[in-house]
Amino acid sequence: MPPRDGGSLWSAVSAAGHLSQRAIWETDASVTLGDLVTGSSLDGRLEELRGQSVLVATEEQVTAALALIELDGIARRLVLCPPDLARQHVSAVSATAAVNALVSDLDSREAGALGIRPFITCSPRIAPAVLERNTRHETEWILLTSGTTGLPKMVVHTLSTLTDAIKVGIAPADPTVWSTFYDIRYGGLQVLLRALLGGGSLVLRSVQEPLGDFLIRAGRLGVTHISGTPSHWRCALMSSAAHEISPRYVRLSGEIADQAILDHLQAVYPKAEIAHAFASTEAGVAFEVGDGLAGFPASLVEQRRAGVMMKVEQSSLRIRSGRTGLRYLGNESAPLSGEDGFVDTGDVVDLRGDRYHFVGRRDGIVNVGGLKVHPEEVESVINGHPNVRMSLVHGRKNPITGALVVADVVLRTECGATEARAGGLEREILQLCRASLARHKVPAKINFVPALAVAATGKLMRDRA
Amino acid sequence: MASVRASIFTQFERVAKEQSKALAPLSDDLALLDSGLDSLCLAVIVAHLEDELGVDPFSNAGDSDFPVTVGDFIRFYEDAAT
Repeated sequence: MPPRDGGSLWSAVSAAGHLSQRAIWETDASVTLGDLVTGSSLDGRLEELRGQSVLVATEEQVTAALALIELDGIARRLVLCPPDLARQHVSAVSATAAVNALVSDLDSREAGALGIRPFITCSPRIAPAVLERNTRHETEWILLTSGTTGLPKMVVHTLSTLTDAIKVGIAPADPTVWSTFYDIRYGGLQVLLRALLGGGSLVLRSVQEPLGDFLIRAGRLGVTHISGTPSHWRCALMSSAAHEISPRYVRLSGEIADQAILDHLQAVYPKAEIAHAFASTEAGVAFEVGDGLAGFPASLVEQRRAGVMMKVEQSSLRIRSGRTGLRYLGNESAPLSGEDGFVDTGDVVDLRGDRYHFVGRRDGIVNVGGLKVHPEEVESVINGHPNVRMSLVHGRKNPITGALVVADVVLRTECGATEARAGGLEREILQLCRASLARHKVPAKINFVPALAVAATGKLMRDRA
Repeated sequence: MASVRASIFTQFERVAKEQSKALAPLSDDLALLDSGLDSLCLAVIVAHLEDELGVDPFSNAGDSDFPVTVGDFIRFYEDAAT
C-alpha cells in the first residue's frame, strides 16, 4: 500500500529494494537512490526547512525530484513551481501558499531575484549526511494547473492522494526503467512516484535536450516504461530515433488518445502494452484503459473500481476518489468538488455503443499538444483590432498536436472575407496575436464569418463539441 | 506530382517565416526534426495542406509509418492524393 500511514516519500524510497542499482538520470546528472538515502542534496540545510512552506523552483527536473524526496514529511508544504510559471506570478503563488523558503538549483543571482529567504541550493551532487528524518508533517503538495489565463490554480494534494493509484512493491525481478516526455512538475509527477515506489529507475529529459537525443539516451539506459501525451508520441514517431527504445509499457495521458495513435504505437512497439490513462491535477488519476481501443468502457461508470467512482452528468465526466485534490489554495470560495464529493472534470464524453469517447472541453478550452488555451484570452486580443466586431476561438482537430486554435471573426465593416484578406486584415490580426500571446495560442487560421451565434444568456455559443 | 511538392515547400517556408524559425535547406533526405520546424509548426503545415490539397494522410495512415524525412513527408501526401 502507498505510504498513507504518515510515512514519507523518503521512507518509502528507503524501504524499497535494490537501491544501489536504481537511479534518476538526466543528461549531466546521475543520482543513485542508495546515495540519496544516505546523503542529502540540500547543502546540509535540510533542518532549516522543517515545518516550512517551501517553493521548489528548479531549472532541471532532477533537482526538483531530489527536493521532493527529501522534503516530503519534513516541510509543512511543498509548492511545485512549473518550469513555465511566469516570473510575475511567482510572488502571488508564494504569497497564497505562505511560502517562507526557496529550494532551487538556480544561481544565487537568479534565485535572489525571486525574493524568497532563506534560499537553499539543491544539487544533484549528493553529500553524505547523517540526518534525523523523523517526520511530523503530512506535507501538503501544492500542484499548479497549466495553461490558465493569469494566475494558475493551486491544488492541494498529499502523498497519499498522489500515490493511491500506484502499486507499491520492492523492485520486480525484471528491472523497471521509467521515462517520460512530460515534465515532472506537470503530468510527469505520476511517473516519478511510480518509479520511486514501484522499485524502478527513472530517465528524465533535460531542459533543451533534442527529442532524438533523449530517445537515444533512453534506449541506451534500457527504458521499459514510458509515458507522454498523444502529441509527444506523434512527434516521437516522426523521429528516426523512435526505434532506439523498445518499451514493455507505453502510456498516454493528458490529451484525447485517438485510435490512430494507439494503432501506430502498437505497430511500432509490437511487444509493448499500450495504455491510455485519464488524470488531471484536480481529479487525480481516475483510470487506465489497456484494451488498445480509444475511449473507455461504459462499464467503468457508476461502478466503484479501485476506490474510484465515476459518473457522467450533463455530458461531463465526474470523479470521486481518494485521489482527488483536497481543495484549492487561496480560492476557498470555489470548491474543488461538488457537495456529493465528485470533481467535475469539464471533459465532455459521448456514449457510442458500449464505450464513452472524449469529445472536448465543456468550457471550450483547447488542448494544443498538452498546453491549454482559453478561447476568451485569444478572443480578447483579436477583438482589440479596430476592424473586428467579435470573434469566436475554438479548436480544430489536428493529427500532430491533437488540436490547433482557429478563430471565426466578424468584421465591423461590411467587407467580406476575400476583401479582408486582400486588405491584409488577417495578417494584421495574426501579428496582433503573435505580439501578445504564446505561440500555441495564436490561431493557425482565421475564418471571416458574417455572424456568430449568441445564446439567450448573451454569451457566445461555444458548444461545438 | 510536382504540385504537391511545391505546395509542401511553400507551406514549410511560409510557416517557418510566420513562426520565426530558421528553415534548413529543404531536400528529400532532410529529417523533419532537423528542419528547424517543431511539432507546432508541423501541425500548422498539416492543417494548411489539408485545406489546400483536401487530404490529411496523418489521420488516415492506418499502421503505416509516420514520415521521418522531408522526402517521406512528400510521398505521404502524394500517396494520399492518388
